[in-house]
Parts: sequence; C-alpha cells; structure tokens
Amino acid sequence: MSHGFFLWPVQASHHAKEVDLLIGGFGVMVWLLTLPVFILIAVFVFRYRTGRDANRDHASGSNVWLEVSWSIIPFLLTLGFFVWATALYFDLRRPPAGAMTINLVARQWMWKYQHGEGAREINDLHVPVNRPVKLVMISQDVIHSVFVPALRIKQDVLPGRYTTMWFTADRLGIYPLRCAEFCGTDHSVMGGRLIVMAPQDYAGWLARNRDGGESETLAAAGARLFRSVGCSGCHGAASTVHAPPLDGLYGGPVGLSDGRALIADDQYLHDSIMLPNKDVAAGYRPIMPTYANVLASEQVNALVAYLKDIGAGKPGTRQEDGNE
Amino acid sequence: MSDAALDMGKPAEEVEDISYLRAGHSLRSWFLTTDHKRIAILYLVSIVFFFLIGGAAAAMIRLDLLTPAGDLMTNEGYNRAFSLHGIIMVWFFLIPSIPNTIGNFIIPLMIGARDLAFPRLNLLSWYIYIVAGFIALAVVLGGGVDTGWTFYTPLSTMYANGMVAATVIAVFISGFSTILTGINFIVTIHKLRAPGMTWSRLPLFIWSHYAVSIIFVLATPVLAITLLLVAAERLFGIGVFDPALGGDPLLFQHLFWFYSHPAVYIMVLPAMGVISELITSAAHKRIFGYWFVAIASIAIAVIGFLVWGHHMFVSGQSLYASAVFSFLSVAVAVPSAIKVYNWTATLYKGDIMIDAPLLFALGFIGLFVAGGLTGLMLAMLAIDVHVHDTYFVVAHFHYIMVGGTVTAFFGALHYWWPKITGRLYNETLARIAAIVILVGFNVTFFPQFMLGYEGMPRRYHVYPPEFQLLQVISSAGAALLAVGYAMPAFYLLWSLKKGPRAPANPWGATGLEWTTSSPPPKHNFTQQPVVVRGPYDYPLEHPASRANA
Amino acid sequence: MPEQRALHEPFHHPARQRQADRLGMILFLASEAMLFGGLFAAAMALRLLYPADYVAASGHLKLWLGTANTAILLTSSLMAAVAVETARGGRPRLSGYALVAAILLGLLFLGIKGYEYGSEYREGLIPGLHGAHFEGRVQHLFMNFYFVSTGLHALHVIGGIALLTIAAFSRAARQDRTVLLIGNAALYWHLVDIIWVFLYPTLYLPDVS
Ligand code: HEA
Ligand code: HEA
Ligand code: HEC
Ligand code: CUA
Ligand SMILES: [Cu+2]
Repeated sequence: MSHGFFLWPVQASHHAKEVDLLIGGFGVMVWLLTLPVFILIAVFVFRYRTGRDANRDHASGSNVWLEVSWSIIPFLLTLGFFVWATALYFDLRRPPAGAMTINLVARQWMWKYQHGEGAREINDLHVPVNRPVKLVMISQDVIHSVFVPALRIKQDVLPGRYTTMWFTADRLGIYPLRCAEFCGTDHSVMGGRLIVMAPQDYAGWLARNRDGGESETLAAAGARLFRSVGCSGCHGAASTVHAPPLDGLYGGPVGLSDGRALIADDQYLHDSIMLPNKDVAAGYRPIMPTYANVLASEQVNALVAYLKDIGAGKPGTRQEDGNE
Repeated sequence: MSDAALDMGKPAEEVEDISYLRAGHSLRSWFLTTDHKRIAILYLVSIVFFFLIGGAAAAMIRLDLLTPAGDLMTNEGYNRAFSLHGIIMVWFFLIPSIPNTIGNFIIPLMIGARDLAFPRLNLLSWYIYIVAGFIALAVVLGGGVDTGWTFYTPLSTMYANGMVAATVIAVFISGFSTILTGINFIVTIHKLRAPGMTWSRLPLFIWSHYAVSIIFVLATPVLAITLLLVAAERLFGIGVFDPALGGDPLLFQHLFWFYSHPAVYIMVLPAMGVISELITSAAHKRIFGYWFVAIASIAIAVIGFLVWGHHMFVSGQSLYASAVFSFLSVAVAVPSAIKVYNWTATLYKGDIMIDAPLLFALGFIGLFVAGGLTGLMLAMLAIDVHVHDTYFVVAHFHYIMVGGTVTAFFGALHYWWPKITGRLYNETLARIAAIVILVGFNVTFFPQFMLGYEGMPRRYHVYPPEFQLLQVISSAGAALLAVGYAMPAFYLLWSLKKGPRAPANPWGATGLEWTTSSPPPKHNFTQQPVVVRGPYDYPLEHPASRANA
Repeated sequence: MPEQRALHEPFHHPARQRQADRLGMILFLASEAMLFGGLFAAAMALRLLYPADYVAASGHLKLWLGTANTAILLTSSLMAAVAVETARGGRPRLSGYALVAAILLGLLFLGIKGYEYGSEYREGLIPGLHGAHFEGRVQHLFMNFYFVSTGLHALHVIGGIALLTIAAFSRAARQDRTVLLIGNAALYWHLVDIIWVFLYPTLYLPDVS
C-alpha cells in the first residue's frame, strides 16, 4: 500500500482490469455524447447573444427525426455497455466449481474468517494467489459490506442469510479491505487487509495457524459439534427418532412437505438448523428444534461445512429410508 | 438586467389592486394567510433556515475530513453530522424547495388562477411541515440520530443509539405536508386553468410540477408506511423487519427505495421545469420540441417508479432482478437526455440575454449532465459493484441535487425575484455569484469521483491517509461554495431595501405571471385572463413583427 | 361544514368547485391505497419467505370473527352508498338513517376487533406484552404484522366513522343534492372497506384450504 497520492487504484485481479476497461469505455462514450452539447451551448450563447447581428430566421420549433435520433442513439450506445457490464456481473455471481471456500462472519466492528483447513483469523484475510476463492458470508448483527478496491468487488453481508463473493487475486501483495455499508459507530475503522500469498507461503501460513494448534479442519470441528450439540441423537444412524439422514444431502434436490422442491445449498442447510420449520422435508414431522439461540454463526458454519463434507462428491445420492 | 430586457417589458400601468405584500402587515396576516403567494414566502423563509442547518452540518463534515484521523468530531459525532445533513437536506430543504416556494407562488399565476384549489389546505401543509421541522430540530439539539438518511434496518431498529424514532416520526409527518401539496397542485392544474389555457398551452414548469405531484401523492405514502413500521419496531418491539425473528433484511430496502428513487425525481423534475422557463426566457424563443419535453417529465415520473432496485445491486437481491433494474435505469435516462438536447436546440437562433438566470441555467445543464451520466455509470452492474457506497455515489448525487437542483433553485429565485418582491437586484453581483458557485461546486465534488473510484467508502470518519490530498481540495472547494451561496443572501436582501422597483415584466418574458404587476395584487388578476396563444410565443417567432419591435 | 357549499376563494363556479373537491378526495384515496400497498408488499414478502410457517401462524387467528367483520363492513359500506343515493334523490331523512346504520356497523366492527384483540391477549399472542409466547419466530413475526396492519386499519375506521358522523349530523350535507360531503365521506368509507377486503384474505384465509 502506498501512502502517497495516486490517480488509479491498483488492479489485483483480471476482473479489476475488465472493470477499468469498462469504465474507461463508458467515459469515452460520455464525452462523445456530451462534448457536442457543451460546445454547441457555448457557440449558440456566443453567436446569438442579444445585440449581436446573426441570422435568426427560420428557427424551427421541433423536429421529430431529430428527437428520435437523440433518444435512440444514446440509448443504444448505453445498451451496449449494459450488456457488457451485466455479463461481467453475472461472472461475479458464478464462482467456478473448484473454488476454495472461506467462511466470513461479520459483526460490529470486525471480520472473522474460518478457513476450510481450520485456520481462523480476524480482520486480515490470507489467500493464495491465482486460485479462485469463494467467501460465504453472514453477519451476526447489522448489515456490513466487504469491499476490496483492488479487486473492484464488494458484497453486502446480511444477518440471517448467506451471501457469497468470489475472486481470483492474480497479484501478490497486501490490499486494503473495508466495510462499505454503514454499520454504526465504528464503521469507518472496520477494516482489514487482503493478503495475497504465493501458494507455498499460504500453505505454510495455514499450517502455523491451525485452530489452537490442533490440526482440525472446519468440517472436523463440525463433526465434533454434530455429536456434542445433539444432532446425531436424531440424525445419527442409530437414532430412533424419525429424522432424515444427512449423508449425500448437499447439492441435491429436496422435496418439501408442502410439495415444493429445492436444492440443498448452504442457505438451506443454514436455515434447516436455525429455522427448521421454514422448509420441512417431505415425509417428516416438524419436530426438529431451532438452534437459533444455541449456536454461534461460526458453529453453524462448521456444521454446514461438515454436512457439505458428508454430501460432497455424491450430491443428491442420499437414500431415503424406506419406512415412510 | 440589460436594458434591452427593460424595453421589452410592458410598462407597469394599471396598479389597480393592492399588492399582496401590502395587504396586511400584522403577524396574523402572515401566519393565518391563505394567499398562495404569502404561503410561498413562509416556505421560502423556513426552507432557507433548514438549508443553513444542513449547510452547517456539511461544513462540519468537510472540516472534520481535513485530517485522516477526523480530529474535529468523535465517530459518533460524525455519524450524527452526516445523518442530520442528509435528512435535513433531503426532506426539509430539497424536496419542498422549488415546489413549495417557487411552485406555490408561480403555478396559480402561470395558469391564470386566483389561488391554489385548496388555499386552507395549503396553509395547513406549511404548518405540518413546520411541526415536522421542529421535531427534526429537537432531534438535532437532543443528541441526533446515527443511521444515515437511509435508516437501514436492523441498524436503525435494533442497534442505533440515536433518536431514531423521533426522526422517523418527523419525516413521517413532513410526508403529509408533501402529499397535501401534491393533491393541491394536481387539482389546481386540472380545475383552475384560465379559459383558453389548454394542455398544449401549459408552460413546461406546470408540466413538470404535474409530474412531481403524481410522485408526491403515490410514492410518499409508501415511505410513510415504511417509517411507521420502523417506528413500531423501534418503540414497541413489534417489528416485521427483525432478522432475529426471521424478518427479511432486504424488505426495508425495497420499501425505502421504492419511495426514495422516485423521490430523487421529486428533487430534479421541478428544477427541470425551472430550466425550461429560464432558457426560453433568456433566448426569447419558443422551446424546441415542446411536447417531447412535456411528455419526458411524465415519462420520468412513471419509469422512475420501476428502477428502485439499482440501489441494491450488492445487497444480495437476485441476479435477474438486478439485470432488469439496470436495464430500466438506462431507459429512465432517455427522457432526461431528451430534455438536455432540446434545451440546447432552443438556444439555436435565439436572442440570448446573458443574465444571471441564464448562467444558473447553463450551470444546471452542465452539472446535471455530469451527475446524470455518472448515475448511468452507477446503473452499470459491474461498475456499481466497485463504486457502490463510495464517494463516487456521493459525488453523483451532489452533482444532481446540489449542482443541479440547488443551482436551478437559485436561478429560479433570481428569475422570479422581481415578480415576488417587486425589486431588482444587482445583476453584476448575481453573475459573479453564479460563477463562484459553479467553480466552488466543481472543486468540492469533482475530487470525490476520484476518491470513490480509488476506494474511499462513504460515511467514513476516519480514512486512509492516501486520500487526504483529495479530501482537502474538496473541503477548500466547499469553503468557496459557501461564499458563493452566501453572496445572494446579501444582494437579494439588500435589494429589498434599496433595489430599484421592478417593472411588471423585466425579462420581456411571455407567461401569464408576467402580465400582473410586480409584486402581484392580492388576487393575482383583476380580470380573469383569457389565453389565446401557446407558451413561449416570443416576437422571434414572428419575424415580421420583430422588425418593428 | 355548511360553508363547504358556499363558493370559496379561487373558484368562480360551484360545479367546478365540486369537481375539484371530488378530485382532491380521489387523489387522497389513491395515496391511502399506496400506504396500505406497502403493507401488502410486506405481507407478500413474509409469505414467500415462509410459506409453511405463515399459513400455520394465520391459523391462530379467529377466522369467524374476521369473516363476521368482513360482512359487517361490507354492509356498512352498502349503507353509506344508500345514504348517498337517498341524499341525491332528495330524501335527507332516509339518508340520515342510512348514515347512522353505517356508523353503528362501523362501531360494531371496532367492538368485534377489540374483542378479538382481547382474546388474543388471553392466548398470549400479543407481542411485547408479558405472557406472550409464540410457537415459532415466524408466528411472532406474523403477529407483529397482524397488529400493525389491523391497528392501522382500525385507526382508519375511526377516522371514517368521524367523517360519517359529521355528515350524519349536518342537515345541510344531507339536503345537498350534489352530495359533496356525504359523497366524499362515503368514498372514504368504501376505501376503508376495500382495504379490509384485502386484509382479510391476507391475514385470515391462508390457512383455509
Ligand atoms: C435529484 C436526485 C437524483 C437524480 C435525478 C438521479 C438520477 C439518476 N441516478 Fe441517482 N442517486 C441519487 C440522486 C439522484 N439520482 C442519490 C441521492 C443517490 C444515493 C442514495 C444513497 O445511497 O444515499 C443516488 C444513487 C444512484 C444509484 C445507486 C448507486 C449506489 O448506491 O450504488 C444509481 C445506480 O444506478 C443511480 C442512477 C441514476 C440514474 C441512471 C439517473 C438518471 O435519472 C440520470 C439521467 C440523466 C442523464 C443520463 C444526463 C443527461 C443525458 C445526456 C446528456 C445524454 C446522454 C444520455 C444517455 C447516454 C442515455 N443513482
Ligand atoms: C439534498 C441536498 C444536499 C445538499 C444541498 C448537500 C450539500 C452539501 N453536502 Fe451533502 N449530502 C446529502 C445531500 C445534500 N448535501 C445527502 C443525502 C448525503 C448522504 C447522507 C448519508 O450518507 O446518509 C450527503 C452527504 C454528504 C457527504 C458525505 C458524508 C459521508 O458520506 O461521510 C459530504 C462530504 O463531503 C457532503 C458535503 C456537502 C457539501 C460540502 C454541501 C454543500 O453544497 C453545502 C454548501 C452550503 C453551505 C456551506 C451552507 C452555507 C452555510 C452557512 C454560510 C452557515 C454556516 C454555518 C456554520 C458553519 C456555523 N454531503
Ligand atoms: C429432535 C430431533 C432432531 C435434532 C436434535 C436435530 N434434527 Fe435435524 N431434523 C429433524 C427432523 C425430524 C427433520 C425433518 C423435518 C424438517 O425438515 O424439519 C430434520 C431436518 C434436518 C435437515 C434437513 C434435511 C433434509 O433432508 O432436508 C438438516 C440439514 C438437519 N436437520 C440438520 C440438523 C443439525 C445440523 C442438527 C444439530 C445442530 C439437527 N439437525 C438436530 C430432527 C432433528
Ligand atoms: Cu461494518 Cu460498516
Ligand atoms: Cu435511484
């Protein structure tokens, strides 16, 4: 981070370059559409000022073709940029399949991250270079917003709902990460750094920062929780309670008791734990208790990581138990 | 004012009826008046007062931002400063500014009516506004509010520690003033046009106020209910937004922007109406493309209801919703483009009087175009993801609201000042003020575009040191801008005492308001005027008659 | 408000003035409709978010009280319409009776609503009051919405009754064959009624299948 005056922010990803190109192109169009207006205004005001002799005859009062052309041409030009910008935006919302997932929990006024391999950190975020990273984010209180200017991306972090954001940083370095959504007293100091490291450095950093020195991954922590907070009492293979098995659940379709169907994604798993009555699995009674007041966001993230783990690779392969 | 202008005006003969300013001098004759012109003056005074308060908050913001550590205020203090700045400026200054002062004064005169349709309602709406304003002032004095002008939940309902409920109620109450004004304007325009004042002969100022009134009536109640829900949640704990109960964190934002996007057109449409009058009057020429400009106002009002989601591109709303809102935002820019191009074409072959009103009007066009096109950049999804909630947005809306609407407000004030007060001000000082404002404005807000693109988030009290240079330039500009805004206060007030008396029509303008004496008599017209020509029927349009003129 | 009938300031013709008053009322009603429009949008959002819980929560409302109230308000609205027609036909007495009927039905509506609130209090369904307990968070949310929306509607009912009362007690209004005041009061009353007609299915009916 330089501390001097600078005209253009650093570009730390391919996406950043594309956004800069887009806004540059738009800037050119803006001049194209407005410079004539400004020049004409100046010329007219000069040429036709009161007292100056000028030909003022036959000034027409309107001209439909002129009107149509100065409505349509700017519109079509802008539409081109609309398509371009929308395509870029859609890319932003579609993380590549192999992206590594990092969980982020925001609260007044700090960022807490959980890496899949078990490392945790606060405010600073370490990521490997040239590798797609997907952040799965949730807030414990108000709305926050992760903003990394060098990557030209930002995403709001909401209470009670996961939002995601992904990027591939392609330049080593340390970049500021800021909170962009006003979140109360210390909003302006809710910052951090994005630290983009070479892969081997990142691996080394991970190894040094495993949770409390134990080499426990997030999913493993989730597995531990799954037993300790009582999930396995109902969902475990040996359980007598009629509860759905959770292996292979993630990523597949789920039929609901009211006839709808949806895909079991992060949000679905989260809501199943926090708001179990929201979407009740078909064939089961809504007896699962809510864990809203029991589990912290980080613990839910760990459980979700575990459920994804036992579902991963074989999405939707879950066997429904036959005794329905 | 140039002499040419004076020649063209009709001499102020028949001073039959006593002027509205002299019809009674007691306090009672002001505070219980139902004369739209006096109510307009009441509004003018109160609005200037709120502008000073909002401006004082802006001054504190700019002073605080001189240093990266924000040494002037605490975090909490800064948050309260910009929240109050936004709330006061939007609801207590800018929204009522042009419609309730200039509009209130001029609309009946322009259409040849003796008053607005519901004169007592008009007075009531001023009182409602004042009550709301006093509550807002009580909030300022009582410690303030720290939510920003947008009141996002759950911050506003559960976490903020300022006087949220009182503020929300103040804004809620002021909404009724707005709704009543809107009803009054629409009914007046429908039912009180003078004989011969057909829809195709309406001045464009009237068209734009008609469009604004539609938004007043239909959008404001949505804000009212939204704020009511916030107040219920904050005061009684009966919330429908509360995420702890599973409330939708985005519901509030949808409701808020459903009002607040149309509200930004509330703030710019009256200004556009002003510009159409100023340009035609300065050029002594018919507006180019009358119907296109008139319908564009309505189109802006209607399409403006469909684009609210462009404030929520990074909020987590659905991908496809974002794409649709982005597209519609491109569409809503077209009628604005039509207006800008038609104003330019109007100047062509005009007989252009370069007085202060024209300078303000040209200032408006330049700054509005800059603000509008950066708005279009914000409507581009991938760009907005980067610059959302940064100073780029702050610069965008100040360019339109301050560079555009406030400039137009000053232009309108200068243009109609002789009519309103019956006095002429010092033209040279007015031109200097217009230029100082233009320069000061750009120095203040252009650097903010750069700050935003470089990644400076808005609502930051403490900021990274690399941004200091641009922030200092911006603050310096604000000082210049304050000087520019203070100048009219002096020469306009001075003109009240010492200014020469204004003739009925100092600009040689068309329009019924100029056929009355300056200031107009209490009941506007001694005889019911009958309209036989379209608006902007200047001698230029009749080359033959111009020769003798 | 007998002075309403006199020509007031900006108008030259009584007919114009009447049209203006009517247009003003209609615009005001449009803004009222938008006010409740915001509430219905909120209800829709809740229901889309929690289809099952929303339906379950609505099942705790007293369907038959809501239904009775719907019928009462519709009848009351009919009475208001009768009042307008009879006044227009030059039968002020009859018009007065119809207005009184409309008012009494409006009061009955409020009474039933109050009774319903009372029973909800006993069942611990009023958020914020002590003893409140809900089956789930969404039911809590639903009840919040229920109280805000029906409370706001009740305020409108009270306003409407006040307006109808003014009309009923003004002999001039009843004898005015252009039904300016009675007509506007009735318009307002119809709006209050229509809003309820939308609130009823939104709040009470989801559970009925
Ligand atoms: C008077 C107020 C006003 C007006 C008129 C506008 C007008 C427009 N605004 Fe602006 N806007 C605000 C006030 C206003 N805005 C405010 C206050 C905010 C921030 C709120 C907050 O978060 O606090 C905001 C924020 C805002 C955002 C969200 C930014 C963000 O938070 O991320 C967006 C995004 O699309 C946007 C877009 C637009 C567009 C497309 C227009 C268009 O209507 C502009 C149309 C005008 C032109 C285009 C110029 C004239 C045209 C030409 C010279 C010809 C060329 C034309 C074409 C190429 C078509 N605005
Ligand atoms: C609608 C009208 C409006 C107007 C007219 C203005 C006018 C100005 N605004 Fe405003 N502004 C907003 C609406 C407006 N603003 C809104 C809606 C926000 C968003 C708030 C939010 O985030 O919630 C905002 C936010 C905002 C910010 C961003 C704060 C932040 O995000 O951290 C800044 C920073 O520079 C700023 C500056 C200014 C300046 C310098 C002026 C100048 O034009 C003002 C110039 C006028 C004067 C200076 C008045 C002259 C006064 C005197 C002569 C008396 C002075 C008295 C004393 C100093 C005691 N404004
Ligand atoms: C009292 C028994 C019980 C306990 C304890 C319990 N569950 Fe459940 N769970 C159920 C039942 C029954 C269902 C099916 C009905 C439903 O969807 O609500 C279910 C559904 C689910 C689902 C959705 C599965 C699907 O097929 O759609 C997930 C995910 C889940 N539970 C995770 C958990 C986790 C994680 C925990 C521990 C934190 C947990 N459960 C604790 C009984 C229980
Ligand atoms: Cu977190 Cu701002
Ligand atoms: Cu907008």
